[in-house]
Amino acid sequence: MAAQLKPGQGPLDYGSRLWLKILFGLIFFLLYAPIITLVAFSFNTDKRGIVWRGFTLDNYSKAWNNASLIEALTNSLVIAFLATLIATVLGALVALMLWRFRFPFKGGYEGFMALPIVIPEICMGVALLLFFVNSGMMDFFVAMPWPLNLGNIVIAHVSFCFPFVAVVVRSRLVGFNRQLEEASKDLGASEWQTFWSIIVPYMKPGLIAGALLAFTLSLDDFVITFFTSGPETVTFPVKVYSLVRRGVSPEINAASTVLIVITVVATVLAMKLQAPPKPRKG
Amino acid sequence: MSEPIVAIRNVSKKFPGGVIAVDDVSIDIAQNEFFALLGPSGCGKTTLLRMISGLETPTSGQIIIGGEDMALTPPNKRPTNMVFQSYAVFPHMTVAQNVAYGLKVTGVESSEIKRRVAEGLEMVKLTALADRKPDQMSGGQRQRVALARALVKRPKVLLLDEPLSALDAKLRDDMRMELTRLQETVGITFIIVTHDQDEALSMASRIAVMEKGAVQQIATPSELYEHPRNRFVADFIGKVNLIDATVLGQKGRSISCDAKGLGKIEIASDKAVGSSVSIAVRPEKLRISKGRPENKSVVKLEGTVRDVAYYGDTSHVVIEGKDGLNLSVNVQNDTRLGGAGVERGQKVWVQWAPEDSIILTE
Repeated sequence: MAAQLKPGQGPLDYGSRLWLKILFGLIFFLLYAPIITLVAFSFNTDKRGIVWRGFTLDNYSKAWNNASLIEALTNSLVIAFLATLIATVLGALVALMLWRFRFPFKGGYEGFMALPIVIPEICMGVALLLFFVNSGMMDFFVAMPWPLNLGNIVIAHVSFCFPFVAVVVRSRLVGFNRQLEEASKDLGASEWQTFWSIIVPYMKPGLIAGALLAFTLSLDDFVITFFTSGPETVTFPVKVYSLVRRGVSPEINAASTVLIVITVVATVLAMKLQAPPKPRKG
Repeated sequence: MSEPIVAIRNVSKKFPGGVIAVDDVSIDIAQNEFFALLGPSGCGKTTLLRMISGLETPTSGQIIIGGEDMALTPPNKRPTNMVFQSYAVFPHMTVAQNVAYGLKVTGVESSEIKRRVAEGLEMVKLTALADRKPDQMSGGQRQRVALARALVKRPKVLLLDEPLSALDAKLRDDMRMELTRLQETVGITFIIVTHDQDEALSMASRIAVMEKGAVQQIATPSELYEHPRNRFVADFIGKVNLIDATVLGQKGRSISCDAKGLGKIEIASDKAVGSSVSIAVRPEKLRISKGRPENKSVVKLEGTVRDVAYYGDTSHVVIEGKDGLNLSVNVQNDTRLGGAGVERGQKVWVQWAPEDSIILTE
């Protein structure tokens, strides 16, 4: 007679085993408790933000009225927007080139292009700082009026964001059926028409995913920005860092929460757009 | 033949790395023909089709469509349209947008586009699905989209690359009839590439059989089947019994030869032949009898039944004669009793009319 299995005892019923559930809960707690605390304390009435005293939205209005904080946030958003725009175009072009053409040292170039993904940020920051200072670009940009004085930071952000876009778009292009391109030409379209009406729509999910990735990376970058910003320019992460050194205030919690929300929304969108298409019927 | 719509003149294609895909091919295709390029995979038939469409450039030779040399004409300027093997339906467009694409990019007026798209969808019976996306459609439906998309361009020549290979058996039969019907109604020259001899035989008005980049024979389906030019064509189109023979002498319009397993026989042939030939006989031309056939003029031999395969409508019987000669015989199961009426190991006689033999020298 076959032994009766109780629910949860089957060889693949991992999900219903108690110790696994506990481990699962513990990991999630350790990962997310700090973030949840940060969000919760942004609604705290207590000035020093250590003890829970009651619910309020004051911190948000205070953060909103803090001119230097808002200036830093604006800087961050402008940098992220410009860096994303440039990095997406550059990354897409690199991906297209690597997908479409064969040329000497292609493998080498492909590896080299992805270097900013793996290189430690601190090295990247120092390298960029040295480059900007020695080439005179630092002095050049710092002397410019806003928003041109953010130029060096934008360039730095583009340099570490575009490989991410290139990698995402390239992996999307691998699945492209070359017969679509041939069909388009066969139906009378020129190269240019084919590129805009067949290839770009196909790349679109990759482009959006890559752009959102670049946006989030740029928005919360601290190390590279810290090295490459001029003495007067402050971005949001750098500003938060300088405020925290004088003690945590619920205001920072509020501003951080806003940033988290922006990042999470962008990431969720990126993941949605990168998800494989629904399986075909028939 | 009047002025051919497509003239292929000594076309060769050599790929980098030295592979010769198409080797000095010349074909004339007439207006309104349903022409098939038939051959095993890797014989160069698809490369030839792609050269007609302009997606591939010949290494040498000329391709003339509608009287114009196409050497410098890119694919988007040629009067040809192609239905791709993978259909290549644009996934981000609806059915109607797919069909309209070729008209839109060439600047056709929007009212004209609307009219022709409706007409095209009507033609392939997809009007009801005009707003669907391709990923909500079956393979057969997607193929119809590809067909409509190509036909609304009103090309001089429609090129079809293995159009039925991705469909299941039942759908394939429907589509085969549909394609023949479409070709008759639109009156466009169709050139189809296929590796399936049944497909080519049943649809095409003429077939070019290709092997290793070269054309072996160009003929109508029945001519190919009954008068193959060489061993490859005889063997590739349908089933065939090939019997090696040595020619002993030639008398007027017949030759006498010593055939393996048959001894000395006389067969009509008006071709001058060399010393060694193959005698080809189709399995359905052979008859089985239990006793020795009385007719003196037939070719006959005694043998043992080695295998009987039952296929419902026919049975395929393999009979072994002298000298290791194996003959396949197709028997129609025209009554409900008995099938082929022979059993494995049984001694039987096989006979056929000498005029059903084909003498092959190549």
